Amino acid sequence: MAAVSLDYGLVLAAVLFAIGFVGLLTRRNLIVVLACIEIMLNAAGLAFVVAGARWGKADGQVMFLFVLAMAAAEVAVGLALAIRFRQTMGRLDVDSADEMKG
Amino acid sequence: MTVLFFIAAAVAVISTVLVITRSNLVHALLYLVVSLFAVAVVFFTLGAPFVAALEVIVYAGAIMMLFVFAVMLLNVHADAPPRLTWSAWAGPLVLVAVLLAELVYGIGLSNQALDDAIVGPRQVSRALFGPYVLGVELASMLLLAALVGARHISAQPDDGAPEEGSGEGDDGAGAEEGED
Repeated sequence: MAAVSLDYGLVLAAVLFAIGFVGLLTRRNLIVVLACIEIMLNAAGLAFVVAGARWGKADGQVMFLFVLAMAAAEVAVGLALAIRFRQTMGRLDVDSADEMKG
Repeated sequence: MTVLFFIAAAVAVISTVLVITRSNLVHALLYLVVSLFAVAVVFFTLGAPFVAALEVIVYAGAIMMLFVFAVMLLNVHADAPPRLTWSAWAGPLVLVAVLLAELVYGIGLSNQALDDAIVGPRQVSRALFGPYVLGVELASMLLLAALVGARHISAQPDDGAPEEGSGEGDDGAGAEEGED
């Protein structure tokens, strides 16, 4: 497993991050936007684990645990916001939130 | 191990592309589960089995369960066809079959090849509760803040004193006794 070089893992993390970013920019469904943020956070955690595995240290996995806790907190608040958004706006289109009403 | 890494990476990229291109929300979320499984296999091939297990348990288990519950709660797939067609079966079936084949192959070779460069749960735990213990405390405070924040956001705006005891089922029920 040390045969997997650092470059391939980082390229995979970058590709996953880019796919998530494209989805974040193109999709208008709020749930899918949150899922794309999850993809991007997962790619960042993958980069941490790849770097930690390159030098055989546990620090990368520890950082992935922190990313995991942060992703869990983010998705809890984000889905609560999505539910409130649906109740307020009547739909899940993020473009329908382009007005600020006191 | 390099072959396993590349196959799992290909599955991860393909399923992630399918996540952002599906128009059906439930299909997109289930492709995201497949993508997270594939990333877990990538972690395993990198010699991080503890993080691979946590990826399956927390990401593919808990977080995606939250997503699916939110979709059910919002009832956004009311216009979806009631039965899955064979075209809806084909994509996940192929991707999961590839991952299953990798798993069977990995079980076969786990004795001779997996023991040299693993950073196991023991080392991770020593680092986590040694130099990173402040981060653990901060993560617990972050999770508590997210819990309180999610409860506050998803509560009805006009119930000044939300009744306790019924957990998450009281969001749509106690909305009538608001007095501003």
